[in-house]
Amino acid sequence: METDTRDGPVTKANVTMPETQTTPDQRTAGRASTKMSATDLNLWYGETQALHGINLDMPSQEVTALIGPSGCGKSTFLRCLNRMNDLIPQVRIKGGVALDGEDIYDPSVDVVQLRTFVGMVFQKPNPFPKSIYENIAYAPRLHGTGTSRSELDDLVESSLKRAGLWNEVADRLDTPGTELSGGQQQRLCIARAIAVNPEVILMDEPASALDPLATATVEELIHELKDNYTIVIVTHNLQQAARVAGYTAFFHMGQIVEVNDTDTLFTNPAEQRTEDYITGRFG
Amino acid sequence: MDKKTFTQHISQQYNEDLEHIVTRVMTMGGLVEQQLEAALEALVDGDEQKGEQVVTSDYRINAMEVELDEACTHILARRQPTASDLRLIMAVIKAITDLERIGDEAERVGRMALHLLDEDRRRSPMAEIAALGEQIKGILRGALDAFARMDSEQAVRVAQEDIKADAQYDSIVRNLVKHLEDNPKSVPPVLDIVWATRSLERIGDRSRNICEYVIYFVRGKDVRHISFEQMAEEATGDRR
Repeated sequence: METDTRDGPVTKANVTMPETQTTPDQRTAGRASTKMSATDLNLWYGETQALHGINLDMPSQEVTALIGPSGCGKSTFLRCLNRMNDLIPQVRIKGGVALDGEDIYDPSVDVVQLRTFVGMVFQKPNPFPKSIYENIAYAPRLHGTGTSRSELDDLVESSLKRAGLWNEVADRLDTPGTELSGGQQQRLCIARAIAVNPEVILMDEPASALDPLATATVEELIHELKDNYTIVIVTHNLQQAARVAGYTAFFHMGQIVEVNDTDTLFTNPAEQRTEDYITGRFG
Repeated sequence: MDKKTFTQHISQQYNEDLEHIVTRVMTMGGLVEQQLEAALEALVDGDEQKGEQVVTSDYRINAMEVELDEACTHILARRQPTASDLRLIMAVIKAITDLERIGDEAERVGRMALHLLDEDRRRSPMAEIAALGEQIKGILRGALDAFARMDSEQAVRVAQEDIKADAQYDSIVRNLVKHLEDNPKSVPPVLDIVWATRSLERIGDRSRNICEYVIYFVRGKDVRHISFEQMAEEATGDRR
């Protein structure tokens, strides 16, 4: 399959999710141990190839960390997992990314719907300039998953609870999300991501702008979310990958050098390039 | 040890910290060797001065263990080492524990030697014990050598030598038991000899432990509590 988005990004208007993928329950029923997988994935920005034949299985209800030096392609790869790269002009993708075995680049896939299944949390907390309540309620209202006020109230509460933020904001849901501390804002963004009931959460350096305490809180949250979601996290912080991830993939120059369970990768990596990177050698 | 182990970190300070630790381990190993040498001279030749020296010098080895433990703790806290760096620190932490215990065993040999100063050395199986002592010295030296060069194949050879030393120890103890049966009045001095021989055997075992840490560092495999054949295979076979 080859998807060329030079003529503009894929929009909701031209696609819908395949019928077999319309409800989370149906998708969950077929859950295998691999939630998402990339197969021989190549990506070009114009003439520059950024990803070279990436093959990676991301296990269900596990945290997979993507590590590697700047420019190695890990964030580019992460963005492929919910087609965020579709928004970038001149991106060309060849190869496959599957969610529960279904190709997410299939022309019949509704990208907006896809992104409710595969949510994203960014490096810099980016709450909407709205109240805490509206930050959570916005997407469910848009997607029609919460219509009545009481449904939305429940959803806001449960999402904030799952993100470990409820106790801190329950009495001030009407205050702007932007008034929270950095760590709280990031947990608000995670709550916003899980409000639409995703199955996979992508995190692009979710704690790099946070202090150590807020980082620890977010990492603890990741650990708890793992029981219900599949998480893929990009991080420059090797210790963070070691702390939160069950599996770690080392990217270098647009390729995956090594994927292994995190314990093995950090104690006895198979590849010299991995060893050099994680031990801080010149390589 | 491959110089690359220390020289290729982006942080020069990290290189120096690791190099310093390994240098100090080798210094500690040298001290332990000296202690064993002196203890054997005290035991085999009845050299009182050497015996006293062994008993009063052990504190230096203990102090080095404490110093190295602290240095390793600092590396763990400041650098959060990974991969071969982590395995190196783990190997050092474990090796210095064994080196300190080898020092204790050497001290015990020295103490027993002081008890036995007035004994007629021709009566006891001192020739066999001297031979065992030489064997154990070779094993300790070999283990330190394997550690210095991080040579897993050398580590296997040393472990094999320790198996031979264990057999030699068993033979000496059998002879001592027989001697006790024939000479019931000689129990106190013979027990001292048994203790000293036992300490020598333990030094061999602890040297073998150091060899196991060498294999852990080089191969990333934990070879403790497995057969010699399995250990040799892990140390020399394909890396995975």
